[in-house]
Amino acid sequence: MASEEMEQLVRRDYKQGFVTDIESDTVPPGLDEGTIAFISQKKGEPQWMLEWRLKAYHQWLKMTPPSWAHLDYPPIDYQAISYYSAPKKPEDRPQSLDEVDPKLLETYEKLGIPLHERAALAGVAVDAVFDSVSVTTTFKEKLAEAGVIFCSISEAIREHPELVKQYLGTVVPTSDNYFAALNSAVFTDGSFVFVPEGVTCPMELSTYFRINAANTGQFERTLIICESRAQVSYLEGCTAPQRDENQLHAAVVELVALEDAYIKYSTVQNWYPGDEDGKGGIYNFVTKRGDCRGDRSRISWTQVETGSAITWKYPSCVLRGKDSIGEFYSVAVTNGRQQADTGTKMIHLGEGSRSSIISKGISAGHSNQAYRGLVKIGPRAKGARNFTQCDSLLIGDQCGAHTFPYQEIGNATATVEHEATTSKIGEDQLFYCQSRGISEEDAVSMIVNGFCKDVFQELPMEFAVEAEALLNVTLEGAVG
Amino acid sequence: MLEVKDLHVTVEGKHILKGLNLTVAAGQVHAIMGPNGAGKSTLSAVIAGKEGYEVTQGSITFDGQDVLEMEIEERARAGLLLGFQYPVEIPGVKNIYLLKAALNAKREAEGLGEIPAPEFMKLIKEKIAFMKMDASFLQRAVNEGFSGGEKKRNEILQMLVLQPKLALLDEIDSGLDIDAMKVVADGVNSLRAADRAILMVTHYQRLLDHITPDVVHVLVDGRIVKSGDAELAKELEARGYDWVLEESAA
Repeated sequence: MASEEMEQLVRRDYKQGFVTDIESDTVPPGLDEGTIAFISQKKGEPQWMLEWRLKAYHQWLKMTPPSWAHLDYPPIDYQAISYYSAPKKPEDRPQSLDEVDPKLLETYEKLGIPLHERAALAGVAVDAVFDSVSVTTTFKEKLAEAGVIFCSISEAIREHPELVKQYLGTVVPTSDNYFAALNSAVFTDGSFVFVPEGVTCPMELSTYFRINAANTGQFERTLIICESRAQVSYLEGCTAPQRDENQLHAAVVELVALEDAYIKYSTVQNWYPGDEDGKGGIYNFVTKRGDCRGDRSRISWTQVETGSAITWKYPSCVLRGKDSIGEFYSVAVTNGRQQADTGTKMIHLGEGSRSSIISKGISAGHSNQAYRGLVKIGPRAKGARNFTQCDSLLIGDQCGAHTFPYQEIGNATATVEHEATTSKIGEDQLFYCQSRGISEEDAVSMIVNGFCKDVFQELPMEFAVEAEALLNVTLEGAVG
Repeated sequence: MLEVKDLHVTVEGKHILKGLNLTVAAGQVHAIMGPNGAGKSTLSAVIAGKEGYEVTQGSITFDGQDVLEMEIEERARAGLLLGFQYPVEIPGVKNIYLLKAALNAKREAEGLGEIPAPEFMKLIKEKIAFMKMDASFLQRAVNEGFSGGEKKRNEILQMLVLQPKLALLDEIDSGLDIDAMKVVADGVNSLRAADRAILMVTHYQRLLDHITPDVVHVLVDGRIVKSGDAELAKELEARGYDWVLEESAA
């Protein structure tokens, strides 16, 4: 295949690019103590929460943005960002889908995720975050029966302050890094999940995040706690409308798994990546960390990352418990001018702790991608084991793939394996499929999906289908 | 069915085919033999539409259509199917998935809908049994970790499922032990039909012990220099290619 055809193949329009016109209640750009007090007040937060935010803010002021990532972007003007945006009259939030703004429902339709259908057919509870305020929550009653709390973080701060106080910031401290500190100061919403001892959450929990108001950074804060022998599977899916200005996104996700608990966290991310020149895409600086606090606890991260102009994201596990398990399965696709520096950290502290990392990177167009992973084995983590497999697939000859594996082994009984491959999408593979009557576009998607199989099979069934579709859309583009 | 006229092909500037003429009629099995480097694989690659082969002169028509104007996948959908000498591995893509996608692409081109799942399974079961393949093949990734013999069986399996009008077989016998050769040959023979043609490219006579061709062509230095019946292949096996060269030069 000629290289210009290859180029055409990977060029595509952002299909989920549209803007919903809902009046926003937005603060003027800028960040100071007043902004933080405004957010806290808007959320009806108690005094301790405001103090927590302000402490984080002061830590942030003393920090500098990280520069070690393999990313290239202009400095961000944090005073040019508006830190709060909510649909008007948040106190009049709809209680059911019937009360939801039809335009919002239309938005979901365009995304191909008809909320009512999804919820009903798939039995998925959806806590839809539209801009910064949760507008609808379903299946709450069924969850309540099981004793599961699933609500917005703001609601949790008001209704379950003891739980929030006990766990918030214990996995990702406010001073952890520049973006985590910023998030701690200004987070506006996100999800809270609490699964009590011995309970297996009766359904997949899912939240669709959207960024909608122009020029408004979105700062979610998610906290998921599984007590002993509790289990939950959580899916986060994101899309965003087409924009001219860069949108900063700095989320923090904290997971806590106590003894024998299991948390499965899956992400499908499809934010606006910018236009052909890389203009206007989302900047995604995320801190995600799970704490396997209890013995035999298990945390599994699965991510399918296809969007954003810049991705800086390392979902990690602290394997504190004895025989605890950490897993990271990732598919990252970059196209156009996208840049991604992503990977994971597995911190082995507990004896017999195990971790697996399977990372699949697909670079197309002029994009650049780096896998950055740390496997750290502490002195007391006797017999700890890690397996890392990290494969890169290049489409065309204008893109780049880089691998930065770090290993810090503090224990001679540990077993750490690392495998890495880089390959170009095979013209022979394409020819083989095409000579069976399969179109070039279908052949590319078939080969790429095959490459990602190991990761997709970790996704909950219905989302695996969605992820494959998303991949096809991402790599879709005018053949011929 | 297939008509190749005065075909000239260059690969990376090198003149490989130099005025090749070939006519294959429906219902016939043709074998093209020749020494290494004569252009045998180039011919099958050009007919299937592989990139990197430049046709500088001549034409290829298939059922009256100009093959050189067709995309690779259009050729396949029209019933022109290439069995590879070295089938490529496609990790993570299940065999059954490729078969279904290929069959549905063909059906779509023919104005038929997607094949219903039960019908497809019935068809596949029948064909893999014929090729003496285990059902687990279907769930394995395309050609991944297959032995040489398994890959070739898989190529023929695809032919049996896709039922081409013209089956192009490129060195389908290479790397086969005698048992596998028998199974592959049975598969090819089962494809023989009044409305179908088979064009085999092979280096060795032994394949032709199992699949008797109607016509044998000798390809030397980019041209077909001699054609005959199955006896010609035996003569080539016994005497080599030199005498043909001398004869054609004379």
